[in-house]
Amino acid sequence: MSQKVLLNAKEINIILHRLACQLIEKHNDFTNTVLIGIQPRGKFLADRLAQILKDDYKIKHIQLGHLDITFFRDDFRRGEKPLEANTTEINFIVEDRNIVFIDDVLYTGRSIRAALTAIQSFGRPNEIELLTLIDRRFSRHLPIQPDYRGRQVDAINKEKVKVNWVENEGEDAVYLVEA
Amino acid sequence: MSELSVNHLLGIKYLNSKDIQLIFETADHFKEVINRPIKKVPSLRDITIANLFFENSTRTKLSFELAEKRLSADVINFSASQSSVTKGETLIDTVNNILSMKVDMVVMRHPNPGASVFLSQHVKASIINAGDGAHEHPTQALLDSYSIRERLGHVQGKNVVIVGDILHSRVALSNIFALQLQGANVMVCGPKTLLPKYIDKLGVKVETNLKKALQWCDVANMLRVQNERMDMTYFPSTREYTQQYGVNKALLNSLDKEITIMHPGPINRGVEITSDVADSKQAIILDQVQNGVAIRMAVIYLLASKIKH
Repeated sequence: MSQKVLLNAKEINIILHRLACQLIEKHNDFTNTVLIGIQPRGKFLADRLAQILKDDYKIKHIQLGHLDITFFRDDFRRGEKPLEANTTEINFIVEDRNIVFIDDVLYTGRSIRAALTAIQSFGRPNEIELLTLIDRRFSRHLPIQPDYRGRQVDAINKEKVKVNWVENEGEDAVYLVEA
Repeated sequence: MSELSVNHLLGIKYLNSKDIQLIFETADHFKEVINRPIKKVPSLRDITIANLFFENSTRTKLSFELAEKRLSADVINFSASQSSVTKGETLIDTVNNILSMKVDMVVMRHPNPGASVFLSQHVKASIINAGDGAHEHPTQALLDSYSIRERLGHVQGKNVVIVGDILHSRVALSNIFALQLQGANVMVCGPKTLLPKYIDKLGVKVETNLKKALQWCDVANMLRVQNERMDMTYFPSTREYTQQYGVNKALLNSLDKEITIMHPGPINRGVEITSDVADSKQAIILDQVQNGVAIRMAVIYLLASKIKH
């Protein structure tokens, strides 16, 4: 198994600040906008972006939630093991709000499809956008594209893109892993 | 992720402590789901479940049906009184006929102990025991332990007394197994005639004095006197039973601590428990009912994930 560094900590930091600025450009002071990290891996990116928006860009009113999509996935009983659920924390009303889904890697688009269904359980949002750190091009199974992307990556199917975070793995880095 | 060590839920006897842990963690997620504005997830949309009730039930049947529907499974209901069972069809034939309509899972309540074990050996479907005679009622025991965990933080090391008709109770047996698996201390309390002869062999304390039992425990699980299962007289009168083994507010106030009161339902108000206790903050009877749906969703979800088409 070999792995190649796609992004190091410094590059990730620059990209996160750019993404934060793009969000501000569209959503101004976030009064009617909520950020939702898709569990399990999108949580770290969402937490980080919210932190940057608060600390570096002085946005006071950031609403952040985490959405678990396990029970909405389309591959139940298709894998070997049962799908493991994570916590959902959405402590606000999503009715008529602008939602930004946040996930680390966009690959087939199936997770986002599940998230679009899952969020309906909490109400009818005004609009939903998608932000991903890594966009794996040419690998989509569904017509889903990001509105904000950190970096586009061309990876073949047996390769895997792995995003590490200080909070979880002890470093900020993105790797291309060959299985 | 870990998975259940079993393909059927026939009794707590067949589970290990990791299974119980996994069911509780999964139920935590479903409890969050059933408190959403839309309480339904599409996980089990390709699963069909048959609820076979050869014995009366309201709570358990509704709870299972709701759990199945919240998971988007297709549900068919069957009760023995309106079926060909009265025409002499055997259990295996009845179930196989239902299964040939492409049913994946069977939830069964049956008056005979061991009926679900027997069924699991003869038919191809995942079986969930919803009560078999005076044998086991595993989902009730799971939701009882889950409710204790929710109220007191954990089950390990807690003192739990099961009061009343132990002899005819499947809830008692399943609870004893479940509580012991999780490291709780279990006592049974009731009139000698309603305690099975060798119950102490299960490693439980036996007490015939209710006040002493309540003084010892953190949680008291009050069982119903099952008049319908009694083929002879086990105590002189209901009034005498209530005097000896009924819990009332005065008795609870005379203890030097506040204990948690549980009841699997249906309650005979004024017999094993008075209304002021049943409706007090010490009682978690309605929490038990709410947790029942989450626990059953977890059990069905985990067993369904093991079905391979």
